[in-house]
Amino acid sequence: MSAFLKSREAILALAILVLLAVVASRFPGFVRPGSLANVLTDTSPLIILALGQMVVILTKCIDLSMAATLALCGMVAGLLNMAGLPLPLILLAVVVLGAVLGAINGLLVWKLGIPSIVVTLGTMTIYRGTIFLLTKGQWINAHQMSDGFKAFPRAVFLGLPVMAWIMIAIVIAAWVLVNRTPLGRAFYAVGGNPHAAVYTGISVGKTQFWAFTLSGALAGLVGYLWVARYAVAYVDIASGFELDIVAACVIGGIAIAGGAGSVAGAVMGAIFLGIVKNALPVAGISPFAQMAISGTAILIAIAFNARGQGPKGRIILKQAEHKSPEARA
Amino acid sequence: MTDISMNKSAPVAKGRQIPDRLTSGWKRGLKSWEALLLVVAVAIFIFNSFASPYFLDPWSLSDASFNFTEKAMIAFAMALLIIAGDIDLSVASIMALVSTVMGVAMGLGASTPVLVFLGLGTGLLCGAFNGVLVAGMGLPSIVVTIGTMSLFRGISYIVLGDGAFTGYPADFAFFGQGYVWWVITFELVLFALFAVLFGLLLHGTSFGRMVYAIGNNATAARFSGIRVNRVRFILFLLTGVMSAIAAICLTSRLGSTRPSIAQGFELEVVTMVVLGGVSILGGSGSIPGVVLAALIMGLLTFGLGLLNVPGIVMSIIIGALLIGVIALPRLWKMVRR
Repeated sequence: MSAFLKSREAILALAILVLLAVVASRFPGFVRPGSLANVLTDTSPLIILALGQMVVILTKCIDLSMAATLALCGMVAGLLNMAGLPLPLILLAVVVLGAVLGAINGLLVWKLGIPSIVVTLGTMTIYRGTIFLLTKGQWINAHQMSDGFKAFPRAVFLGLPVMAWIMIAIVIAAWVLVNRTPLGRAFYAVGGNPHAAVYTGISVGKTQFWAFTLSGALAGLVGYLWVARYAVAYVDIASGFELDIVAACVIGGIAIAGGAGSVAGAVMGAIFLGIVKNALPVAGISPFAQMAISGTAILIAIAFNARGQGPKGRIILKQAEHKSPEARA
Repeated sequence: MTDISMNKSAPVAKGRQIPDRLTSGWKRGLKSWEALLLVVAVAIFIFNSFASPYFLDPWSLSDASFNFTEKAMIAFAMALLIIAGDIDLSVASIMALVSTVMGVAMGLGASTPVLVFLGLGTGLLCGAFNGVLVAGMGLPSIVVTIGTMSLFRGISYIVLGDGAFTGYPADFAFFGQGYVWWVITFELVLFALFAVLFGLLLHGTSFGRMVYAIGNNATAARFSGIRVNRVRFILFLLTGVMSAIAAICLTSRLGSTRPSIAQGFELEVVTMVVLGGVSILGGSGSIPGVVLAALIMGLLTFGLGLLNVPGIVMSIIIGALLIGVIALPRLWKMVRR
């Protein structure tokens, strides 16, 4: 099983290299180390969010409210900054707020047993609408933010911006959490076989609750990074980004049925999308084509994933179909 | 639907409770979800007529019907799809693509019948595309339609960029702006017609029974001789066509096409279906429930509009409604236990 998973990640790594080679053959400048580092920094928010979404999908759920959580936390970060709060407190506040918003999703799924897609479709509009209630639709622009607030994610440390370092730290933390802790094992157990998980003493709902809380906290952190990096906050930031996050996970081989997927897969899925997005303008393709390309990437990825897993129930039925005439004869 | 929807809090199989004796018809009717919806609809109607002096006017009520007619037409097909255990999140994007195709054809000088024909054809093709991926290849409908949601609208963005199509032929305006009789709009007539047709299809034909059977247990349905994947494919086709009809009405009403047309409709359509008492896990629900849910959402948004509530606040209320209608009965059960 692990060899099989490894091979899937190997295929994905190969796909990324092929993609880079194709872009490099036309635009050699794209693969300079400095340019690649930029792509990595650009993709950092997507990588962090994909890790949060991965944990949720592992437990058979889906979180469509991540982009709205991001936007709400980003706006709150901007407002707190205008109120003069120091940066460490703002960071703490957005992570806690994100975790609370995620926990609300988690509680609705855990305690009331409402399907996660319904819960997060609803909270998606509620969270985004809350930004409007907070601000009456006003923007927070660059000149209203303090310099320290804007500079932190861009500050260069050992050749990479802080934003990229935060992403790397979260990737490592996520790997440890998923592979080396009881909670991480529980994520896989709950998604792989909920009945068996209950019999081994794992609470399905509680595990899902923690997955949502985690994805909310990560979305909250990215909310600050997003607003500080682009130096603007308004109701519609990151609108539609939830689809990119799901796309990154699907491309990364995270099974939407739960229980299968890896940190490396999610990271590479996000990087794949990031390279596509950064290469489009270089190749002179209209930015309006981006949406169709992400859609196509999702469809190809799920078709590819499904080929590996194979729908067992249908195969049994087909055998029964073939056998029955013989049995009668 | 896929496994995502199977989030039952306690995965210990309990089995359905079968009562010894069914309660009599009218008693069940009083206790039903539809009866509750009817009470809510009447309450909103009465509240609105007191809250604003402009509410109880035939013409403004006729205008208000546009709030729900287009979405409800899709909701009828979506109800069947969700009862059968699938979901289509790409309906709003199908609308955008249909509208874009009609815009391109209009630019080439197509007449109204040709525009309608092309629009319906595009919807059919989009539905068939979803259907082949879900029913044909066995992929989970939620991810497939998240993918086609960006693909279909993405094509509109490629064609239109930040531009727009305007200047549809004058007779094209009838679908969205025409009146059949007095204050009765063409869209309202279509809404009523489809309500009856889908009600008959779901509750009066063997096809409708198949839809319930598939939603309750697809494997058992297959063993009882139902061509499960063919029915699912047909349901996706139907959803595509209904999205196309809604897109024709909306394009005709607005008189223009932008790639962002009908953005967010999928959420309202799903909310309408779930509010109408259709189980998101599949297997149960009714068309009268969806009709009432459409009326409730239409009256609510119209009433709030009269009270100068901004659109984004309305979307908060709709989001809360979606979670609330599912959460309240479950909370009630928890409290009573």
